[in-house]
Amino acid sequence: MSDLKSTGPQTMDAPTPEDALHEAKALNAEDHRDASGRLVTADGRSLKSSLNRALRLQKARAMMLIAPLLIFVLVTFIAPIASMLFRSVENEIVANTLPLTTDRLESWDATQGELPPEAVFQDLFFDLFLAAEAKEHTKLGTRLNYESTGVSSLFRQSGRRLDDIGEAYQDPLEDLNEAWKEGAVWFELMSGQGQTSDGVVTNQIDRFNKLTSSNLRGDIGFAPSEEIAALLPKTTRAYTAWAVFTVFEDEDVVAAEDPWEAVYAALALDLQSPGAADRIAAYDGPQAELLQEAAANLEILPEADFTAAFLDIDEDWGDINRWETFQVYSPKYTDGYFLNSVDLQKTPDGFEARPENERIYITLFQRTIFMSLVITGSCILLGYPVAWILANLPTRTANLLMILVLLPFWTSLLVRTSAWKVMLQQQGVINDVLVWLGLVGDGSRLVMINNQFGTIVAMTHILLPFMILPMYSVMQTIQPSYLRAAKSLGATNWTAFWRVYFPQSVPGIGAGSILVFILSIGYYITPEIVGGTKGVFISNRIAYHISSSLNWGLAAALGTILFVVVLVLYWAYDKIVGIDNVKLG
Amino acid sequence: MADASANGAFVEFERVQKSYDGETLVVKDLNLSMPKGEFLTMLGPSGSGKTTCLMMLAGFETATHGDIRLDGTSINNIPPHKRGIGMVFQNYALFPHMTIAENLAFPLEVRKIGKAKREEKVKRALDMVEMGDFGGRRPAQLSGGQQQRVALARALVFEPELVLMDEPLGALDKQLREKMQFEITDLAHRLGITTVYVTHDQTEALTMSDRVAVFDDGRIQQLAPPDQLYEEPENSFVAQFIGENNTLEGTIKEIKGGLALVQLDDGGLIDCKPINVSEIGQRTRVSIRPERVEFNPARLSDDAHTLKAEVLEFIYMGDIFRTRLRVAGNNDFIVKTRNAPGQVRLKPGEQVEIGWLPEDCRALDAA
Ligand SMILES: Nc1ncnc2c1ncn2[C@@H]1O[C@H](COP(=O)(O)OP(=O)(O)OP(=O)(O)O)[C@@H](O)[C@H]1O
Ligand SMILES: [Mg+2]
Repeated sequence: MSDLKSTGPQTMDAPTPEDALHEAKALNAEDHRDASGRLVTADGRSLKSSLNRALRLQKARAMMLIAPLLIFVLVTFIAPIASMLFRSVENEIVANTLPLTTDRLESWDATQGELPPEAVFQDLFFDLFLAAEAKEHTKLGTRLNYESTGVSSLFRQSGRRLDDIGEAYQDPLEDLNEAWKEGAVWFELMSGQGQTSDGVVTNQIDRFNKLTSSNLRGDIGFAPSEEIAALLPKTTRAYTAWAVFTVFEDEDVVAAEDPWEAVYAALALDLQSPGAADRIAAYDGPQAELLQEAAANLEILPEADFTAAFLDIDEDWGDINRWETFQVYSPKYTDGYFLNSVDLQKTPDGFEARPENERIYITLFQRTIFMSLVITGSCILLGYPVAWILANLPTRTANLLMILVLLPFWTSLLVRTSAWKVMLQQQGVINDVLVWLGLVGDGSRLVMINNQFGTIVAMTHILLPFMILPMYSVMQTIQPSYLRAAKSLGATNWTAFWRVYFPQSVPGIGAGSILVFILSIGYYITPEIVGGTKGVFISNRIAYHISSSLNWGLAAALGTILFVVVLVLYWAYDKIVGIDNVKLG
Repeated sequence: MADASANGAFVEFERVQKSYDGETLVVKDLNLSMPKGEFLTMLGPSGSGKTTCLMMLAGFETATHGDIRLDGTSINNIPPHKRGIGMVFQNYALFPHMTIAENLAFPLEVRKIGKAKREEKVKRALDMVEMGDFGGRRPAQLSGGQQQRVALARALVFEPELVLMDEPLGALDKQLREKMQFEITDLAHRLGITTVYVTHDQTEALTMSDRVAVFDDGRIQQLAPPDQLYEEPENSFVAQFIGENNTLEGTIKEIKGGLALVQLDDGGLIDCKPINVSEIGQRTRVSIRPERVEFNPARLSDDAHTLKAEVLEFIYMGDIFRTRLRVAGNNDFIVKTRNAPGQVRLKPGEQVEIGWLPEDCRALDAA
């Protein structure tokens, strides 16, 4: 290396970190420094950057090796988990389904003890009408039903009868002039003349996309003029919403179709709004006469009272508590699922405990953690001697016995768990034997299944290998000479074990415990089969919410809490035992 | 010191045999008797049963046959932790989860020695091996030599009467090794400890011990003080195993007057001292130490037999010259001569005549 240096600049084409380090040493001796006194390589680059470059290359190579797995894990594991966790706070469905209502409800003060104003009911009508047509209102009903039972049926029922509300305005208009039945007439009227207002169309397309969780774009073949949008704002909105729906959902042409009832209701509201008559009289766009005729015959339209109309559909709409729930769950993000997960509920002013009979999650969490600890404990007690024997047998025998330990892995989990059912049930093998031995009477057979005992027994059996394997591999590394040394120093067998062998096997116990505990805290199948009601875990509840009640938000919140609990325990373990004290082999 | 009388013996192996698998004997008929305070080394090639003997003595293996006695009591009747034998293991076996001080305190703790006394003893033991400043460290934070010294201190801290050491210096470099060799013997003699030391390094065995037991094939081949072992090997294994050695193969022609006349395979005749050969016509292996060979026959008696040799190589090694010769068909016949004034320096190709005193030349078994 030294003659290389004297003949010319060092080539650094393919440096390895070792090269760089050697370089550093060699240079120290000769002390190449730049103007600012930093060490430099022979060719004048800063030593630090040379070293970094060399290390970077190595890192890049390492990165390339793990890239396939990394991408796989990211796509199939991390991303779904992240989205699942996101669901635990996500609450956009309310605002997406009832955008106008939630907006207006914000300023309503529930504590006054009064129902929201008429305007809220009007917005609710239009929001719900579109949602019902798109058949999205039941989803929202299901969502809000988690928070306030009965909302689901309220929405379903109301959705069916919204048409009636609209017809109350449609029929008189059509009686007044047959032209109101014509889709083409409506199209001409709403298209108006002059400058078009594209903003309304874009807004409605966005609204439709959010409602149906789709991403449709494009020309709907309709745009209201700015003039008509100013003259009949509600009608424009309702008609555009209908037009978007007609094009995207029904795939029809706007001009050829009659608008739905909500548009007539909107028109009635526009006509009845103060000052409308004058402005309509001054209007001279297409179909102006038709509009002016309707404005002149306002008395044929019923007084707009949506509050009464909704109360007529279901008097539940008059329940302030319902409206409170709607208001509390309007924001796009909510802590409601988390509160629910710890048996709390939201009220307009903070949160409070759920009614006694609805509190289940805290108990479930406590039970899950407690039983996981018991399972971990019994795995340690049963596994330690086995691991010890395995580690102290000649390799051949140990390998043979290891097969017995691993045997459970070769049988389906379901089969093993079901086998426990056969063993433990009241007419099962163990009870039969006990009765046959006369240890228990035939009438007082032990209940060992569908309770916590059954879950603990079956799961201890299933998770035992996860305890034995790390303990075994750690114990294998403890040389027998330590025990011999202890004994030669005067320790009895017990002291030698307890003072010398056991402390060295703790990393194995730690690793096994972490494995078993984390596995059991999230275990599902076994508690489901042998746990009954008293022996199920939080994961069974999560599975229920994912596949039966479809309350994914709550499932996600429960999962997140479980995740955090595990992290906290892991952290505590690190503080108490030290995570570098964990050895898997 | 080496006069081991049967009844004054401190450690005794009597007709001990050991088999691990019931098929082969690892230790065959071992007889050994050590007086108190002796430093005895077991020397032998790998797998010759040294560790096994040590383990039997420490009580971690049981003898298949025979009796091992410690101070007159059969060792089978004393459980290991009551034997009071200090042991230094081949791999030190310092407890990794305890500090050095805790390691040393361990044997005192299990003996229920009070805290103050314990600390004092630990300190004294650490100072003895010059490790006083390292009490708070973990074994993994020490160098091999330091660990070794701690292991030694731990084996001595509870003042055992017998210390067993199994290749304690195996992992050390030459310099440290020599220093530790001295320290161990010094300590053992100062404290009057009886020591059984295992090694397969012959220099170590020769320099440290009062007596050396050369092991091979599960037997003690020779048990003798170092000088005797080197100068008077009793069989060709010992002769070859200890020190450098030239061998020549031949047949006994006659034995008389304490000397044997050996005819070498190429016809040459030499005089030797018969050691474990007795019959005329028996095959023998003659052993001569390289430093006992004489180039100058004039220095030998007139009737001494000499051999012709051809110089193959001359190596200058500073204090000595090393000359490789071809003698009676053996191309690896080494002669060492001191670099003294007037000493001849042979050149490759030269023909010389070599000879030696008959008592330096030992006729051994041909095995
Ligand atoms: N636990 C054991 N089970 C079976 N055979 C063993 C056992 N321990 C040692 N042996 C065998 O006994 C013989 C002697 O072994 P031992 O360990 O005593 O040799 P050693 O002289 O100490 O060798 P080294 O110098 O390599 O340490 C060897 O052949 C070895 O294979
Ligand atoms: Mg050995």
